[in-house]
Amino acid sequence: MTDQSQAHVFTPTPPQPPPANMVGVVGWLRANLFNGWFNSLLTVFSLYLLYLTLPPLVSWAFINATFSGTDRTMCEASPHGACWTFIKMRFNQILFGFYPEGEQWRPIVTFLIGLGGLIGTAFRFAGKRWLVLFMLTGFPIIAFFLLAGGYFGLTEVETAKWGGLTVTLVVSVTGIVASFPIGIMLALGRRSQMPIVRSACVVFIEVVRGVPLISVLFMASVMLPLFLPEGMTFNKLLRALVGVTLFTAAYMAEVVRGGLQAVPKGQYEGAAALGLGYWKMMILIILPQALKLVIPSIVNSFISLFKDTTLVYIVGLFDVLEIIRVSTKDANWIGFEKEGYVFAALMFWVFCFAMSRVSLRIEKRLDTSHRK
Amino acid sequence: MNKLSQFTFGALLALGTVTAAQAGTLDDVKKKGFVQCGVSTGLAGFSAPDDKGEYKGLDVDVCKAVAAAVFGDATKVKFTPLTAKERFTALQSGEVDLLSRNTTWTLNRDTAQGLSFAGVTYYDGQGFMVRKSLGVKSAKELDGASICTETGTTTELNLSDYFKSNGLKYTVVALGSNSEAVAAYDSGRCDAYTTDASGLYATRIALAAPDDHMVLPEIISKEPLGPVVRQGDSQWFNVVKWSLFAMVAAEEYGVTAANVDEQKASSANPEVKRLLGAEGEFGTPMGLPNDWAYKIVKQLGNYGEAFDRNVGAGSPLKIDRGINALWNKGGLQYAPPFR
Repeated sequence: MTDQSQAHVFTPTPPQPPPANMVGVVGWLRANLFNGWFNSLLTVFSLYLLYLTLPPLVSWAFINATFSGTDRTMCEASPHGACWTFIKMRFNQILFGFYPEGEQWRPIVTFLIGLGGLIGTAFRFAGKRWLVLFMLTGFPIIAFFLLAGGYFGLTEVETAKWGGLTVTLVVSVTGIVASFPIGIMLALGRRSQMPIVRSACVVFIEVVRGVPLISVLFMASVMLPLFLPEGMTFNKLLRALVGVTLFTAAYMAEVVRGGLQAVPKGQYEGAAALGLGYWKMMILIILPQALKLVIPSIVNSFISLFKDTTLVYIVGLFDVLEIIRVSTKDANWIGFEKEGYVFAALMFWVFCFAMSRVSLRIEKRLDTSHRK
Repeated sequence: MNKLSQFTFGALLALGTVTAAQAGTLDDVKKKGFVQCGVSTGLAGFSAPDDKGEYKGLDVDVCKAVAAAVFGDATKVKFTPLTAKERFTALQSGEVDLLSRNTTWTLNRDTAQGLSFAGVTYYDGQGFMVRKSLGVKSAKELDGASICTETGTTTELNLSDYFKSNGLKYTVVALGSNSEAVAAYDSGRCDAYTTDASGLYATRIALAAPDDHMVLPEIISKEPLGPVVRQGDSQWFNVVKWSLFAMVAAEEYGVTAANVDEQKASSANPEVKRLLGAEGEFGTPMGLPNDWAYKIVKQLGNYGEAFDRNVGAGSPLKIDRGINALWNKGGLQYAPPFR
């Protein structure tokens, strides 16, 4: 018996190693790049494209590039390479515009507080509620006094001197923060039962959405001064801020409305059955669900707003892109547009990519939906 | 509809009040302590921020000259960068006291638009750039040439007029934007490239081999660029106009930033004495101190020095004086007598 049982014991054959061409580098290549004749063809074609574009790009941007010197003479000696000297000499202006050199710690501190607050909100800890509250109320006030000055012994820096990345961030952050509540109010107004509120919101949204941002800014800079009393001037930055905020708010309203419509009717009825009034129902039950649904769309709007801020050049403000363009108009730096625009593209990409990463993280954190 | 018409009416009313005369700019400027000057957002040699973020250029120097005349201090000026579209609104609405932004002096602007041109800082006009290897010395030798230009601008029309009136044949290569036209010329698609002369020099620096190209002497259109003020304030108009004239006159009499003190103290030329305030009372009627012109030349130099420093031989642009030379040297720059 024992013999027999032993004879019947199942002894698995040890697993064969996979064929040599399925593992390691070769296997990975086969699976991902040369999987069938069509994909192989695409791979070869892509490699050829890379071969065509990459070496010249690397040699332009790095190998032949000029990094040293303080004027164009060094760059002219190496005409086939990028002139990063130009960016180096103008770096301060690209970040701060014409903000006085001795005061540039102020935008830096503002930026660091903002960044710190943003990172802080991404973690869970006790008292986080206070941090969020601070970021939404205290921070804008602190930022304003830090940047504009004129109080607490800080010298005043008029907004005409702000520029570069500072202006881009001020315009986009203000636009984002201020347009969000306005957009929510507009969305609620549009779904309201009160005819006057509803039609006012519909008219605002449709009118603002129906015109390009550039024309809103243009109106603010060319038409508005004509309506104001003689000699009364309106801060240019403020004009741009109001224009950008109202414009984004209209888009935000439609995004939020989409979220409101996606919340099942039962939620509204349930809240009403609990005896909650309109505002309690909205704030406690509906909006948290609605906003969570539309996070990707909201971030989408913000990214597009961030890039749209480049249009503020129309009111004569120097955002990142405009200050780079203006720098190439200095007779000493004519002809280095390429370097400027490549650098601007890189800066925009870094910020937009960071925004989309942050949004993914928030989305994951808030993912308490009914998905099983 | 009713609301709309009311709104339109209100808007027209507002426009109407704006064009009304506005007096007392000089007093306002003195009160606030600086000249608010509208400049271009960026034009090589005329107004562009340097590495330190300070505006430099010929248009900028006009602003500084006015500040020097009023306050005796060329730094008492604030710049408002303006785009081409908003420049006149900014001046009319009082946002700037003075517009010095490569603006062409035309009949319509000088009359109907409520503006007054106070003089000409730079006589611009359309010119041609060719390769030196082409061996052409004058635009009249461009018979049969292909010429790159930007499409849909007056440049194209001027070009056609000039070649027709001179009985020359040409092929126009019109491109969508100015940078395309430059790229086409640089790659050898055309024999010549045409745009305003100041633009030609700025373009030349950015070409692959700037020294292989030259600008031909002919100027085929009139683009007088100068400072602009609001209509109806002749006192301020005079201040701006004569600040500019003072720089031109200083060049004519050989007064420079370096020798202005010596000239003021010991010049025998009565015209120089009157210009620098050593004789007579010529500032008072304008509401300026008597040494207003001295302050301008002392801090900014004469017109020739400003030209050289910003756009001429002393700058990367290296623009020829050409028609911007003094009247007694074959150019158009001329100042009425100081007496």
